[in-house]
Amino acid sequence: MNIVVCIKQTFDTEAKIVLDGSGKIDSNGVNLIINPYDEFAIEEGIKLKEKFGGEVTVVSMGSSRAAEALRTALAMGADKAVLVSDPALDGADEWAAAEVLATAVSSLSYDVVLAGRIAIDDGSSQVAVRLAEKLNIPSVSSVLKLDIDGSNATATREIDGGTEVIALTLPAVFTAQKGLNEPRYPSVAGIMKAKKKELKTLSLADLGLSGSEIAAKMKVEKFSLPAARQAGRKLDGDAAQAARELARLLREEAKVL
Amino acid sequence: MAKGIWIIIEQRNGQIRKVSLELLSQGRLIADQAGENLVAVILGQNIEGLGGEVASYGADKVILVEDDKLAEYTTGAYTSVLNQLIRKDEPQAVLIGNTAVGKDLAPRLAQRLGVGMASDCTGMEYDANSFLTFKRPVYAGKAFAHIVSQARPIVASIRPNTFPVAAADSSRQAEVVKADTQIDPADLKAIVKEVAIAASKRPELTEANIIVSGGRGMKGPENFGILEELADVIGAAVGASRAAVDSGWREHKFQVGQTGKTVSPTLYIACGISGAIQHLAGMGSSKFIVAVNKDPEANIFNVADYGIVGDLFEVVPLLKEEFKKLVNQ
Ligand SMILES: Cc1cc2nc3c(=O)[nH]c(=O)nc-3n(C[C@H](O)[C@H](O)[C@H](O)COP(=O)(O)OP(=O)(O)OC[C@H]3O[C@@H](n4cnc5c(N)ncnc54)[C@H](O)[C@@H]3O)c2cc1C
Ligand SMILES: Nc1ncnc2c1ncn2[C@@H]1O[C@H](COP(=O)(O)O)[C@@H](O)[C@H]1O
Repeated sequence: MNIVVCIKQTFDTEAKIVLDGSGKIDSNGVNLIINPYDEFAIEEGIKLKEKFGGEVTVVSMGSSRAAEALRTALAMGADKAVLVSDPALDGADEWAAAEVLATAVSSLSYDVVLAGRIAIDDGSSQVAVRLAEKLNIPSVSSVLKLDIDGSNATATREIDGGTEVIALTLPAVFTAQKGLNEPRYPSVAGIMKAKKKELKTLSLADLGLSGSEIAAKMKVEKFSLPAARQAGRKLDGDAAQAARELARLLREEAKVL
Repeated sequence: MAKGIWIIIEQRNGQIRKVSLELLSQGRLIADQAGENLVAVILGQNIEGLGGEVASYGADKVILVEDDKLAEYTTGAYTSVLNQLIRKDEPQAVLIGNTAVGKDLAPRLAQRLGVGMASDCTGMEYDANSFLTFKRPVYAGKAFAHIVSQARPIVASIRPNTFPVAAADSSRQAEVVKADTQIDPADLKAIVKEVAIAASKRPELTEANIIVSGGRGMKGPENFGILEELADVIGAAVGASRAAVDSGWREHKFQVGQTGKTVSPTLYIACGISGAIQHLAGMGSSKFIVAVNKDPEANIFNVADYGIVGDLFEVVPLLKEEFKKLVNQ
C-alpha cells in the first residue's frame, strides 16, 4: 500500500504573533513545528505501512526550513520526502497550495492520502479537501478511526454533535482529527536513519508550473492584531458574596443572564 | 444585473441550524446595501416546509433541491448539485456556516469552481469595490487576516455566533423554485453508513450562547457533575481544557482551544482553568469571560471581565443557586 502524507510546517502553539515593518506576520525567532494534526496523519500512515507494507512519502510545500519538518517525519518512520519550495509560492492561497500539492502527489503512486484536519496557522481547513477534488478522488474530513480492507475503507468522522461512519473505495484522502492515534516520537535510531533517506526538493519549474499559473485567487489586504483584553475585576468578599455579586453583574452590567 | 447572494441552509431532520439563520439575517442587511437578491438554497429530503421559515428571515428566493440521495449530507452529491446550480445562476457570493458540513463542502465546491475561499470568517462587510471583505482569525485568533476574493463567485464560510439572528417576519414572502439537478453514480462514491448523534439536551459547543468549562482544577471526571448542573440552569454547553481532556475526564469533542474547538459565546465561565495561551486562543473572542480559580495569579484573570478567587467546589454550587434565582425571577 502506498501512502502519501501532506504535512505543513507551522509556528509553535506558544508563539506570540507580531507584525513586521510591512504589516506581515513576523516569523523571526519563532520556533517551527509540524502542524499538530499532521502528526496524527504521519502516525496513521506509518501504521498502515506496518500493517500492509508499502511506502510512506511525506510531501510539504513551504520554505527551505520545512525540510526540518520532513526530516522529523522521516525519523518517525516515513520512507521518502518531497519538498516543494519556490519564491513564487510566497502568498500562495489554499487554491494555489492544492494545485501545487496535487501536481506533486500525482507523480507519486498512492492508495491513501493523509493530511491534517486543519493547519493551526492559517486555520482554513481547505487544502486537503481541495487536493482530493483536484485528484478527483473522494475525501473524508476529521477522521477519528480508519479501517482498511483491500481497496475498501471505512472511516469514522466527527460531525457536529456526534460521529458518522463513511464507506468508500480507495484511493481517497483522509484528514486526521485528534483521537485517531497517538503519534510516536522519533527514536535515536530513527533520527540516524532519516539522514540517509531521500528528501527531494522541487521548484515550480520542476513540477512544470509557472508562478503566474498559480497566482492566488484570494488577496490579503492586511493583517491586524486583536485588541488586548483588559483584566476586569476580581470580586471581593467571601464565596457567597462574590457569587451574589457576579449574578448581579451578569444581569445588570453585562446583561447576559 | 443583480446575481444574488446565496446562503446554503444547513438543516437536520427539517430543523434549520442557527448559523444558517445568522447568515440569512446578515445576508439580508448586505443584500439591501448592495441592491442584490438574497437566495436561500436548501438541499435534502422533506424540506418543502422550510421555504416559509427562510423567507421570514429575509430570503427573496428559495431554491429547493429535494432528493432522497440528499437525505444525508455527502461531499460528492452536495458538491455536484451546488456546482450545477451555481454555474447556471452565477451568484456573486455563496455563504455557508463554518460547521462540520461547511468545512467539508465549501472547499471542495470552491476548488471545483476554480475559485478561492475565505474560511471561518468572524467579520464580513459589503464593499463597493470587492463586494465583500472578510475578517478571519489566523494563528488561532492571535491575529486576523482581512481578505477579499479576486474571483467570482465569492465563497466563504462564517463562524457560528458571529452575527445575531434578526426577528422573523412571517409576513415576508419568497419566490420558491424547485431546481432540477442531476446526481450521477460517480457523485456517490462515499456513502454514509451510520450517523450517531449523541443525545444531549445541551447546545452544541460552537453554537452555544453560554459555555461553562472545566480544567485540571476539576480534579476528576466525577466532579464535572457540578458544572453540568450549573450549565443546565442557564442553558449552557459544557467545555473543557486540554488538561481535562488528556486526563480522560471529558471527550476531545468538548476541548476548547488551539487544538480543540474555537468558540465565541456571549459568556464563557472558566472553572479551574489556568488560562494557557492555547486555551485563550480558543475562547478569547468570547464577549464576557468569568474565571473561578483559587490562584489569584492565574493568567485567566488577565482576560476575565469578572473573576472570583476561590475554591471552585465552594463557588460553583453557590453560583448555581444565584443563577437559579435570576432565571426564576
Ligand atoms: C501543541 C499544543 C496544543 C495545545 N492545545 C490546547 C487546547 O486546544 N486547549 C487547551 O485548553 N490547552 C491546550 N494546550 C495545553 C495548554 O498549554 C495547557 O497545558 C492547558 O490548557 C492547561 O489546562 P488547565 O488550565 O486545565 O490546567 P492547569 O494549567 O494545570 O490549571 C489548573 C488551574 O486550576 C486551578 N485550580 C486547581 N484547583 C482548584 C480549585 N479547587 N478551585 C479553583 N481553581 C483550582 C489552579 O489554580 C490552576 O490555575 C496545548 C498545548 C500544546 C503544546
Ligand atoms: N503547504 C502545505 N504543504 C503540505 N501540506 C499542506 C500544506 N498546507 C496545508 N496542507 C495540508 O492540508 C491540511 C489542512 O490545511 P489548511 O487547509 O491550511 O487548514 C494540513 O493539515 C496539511 O495536511
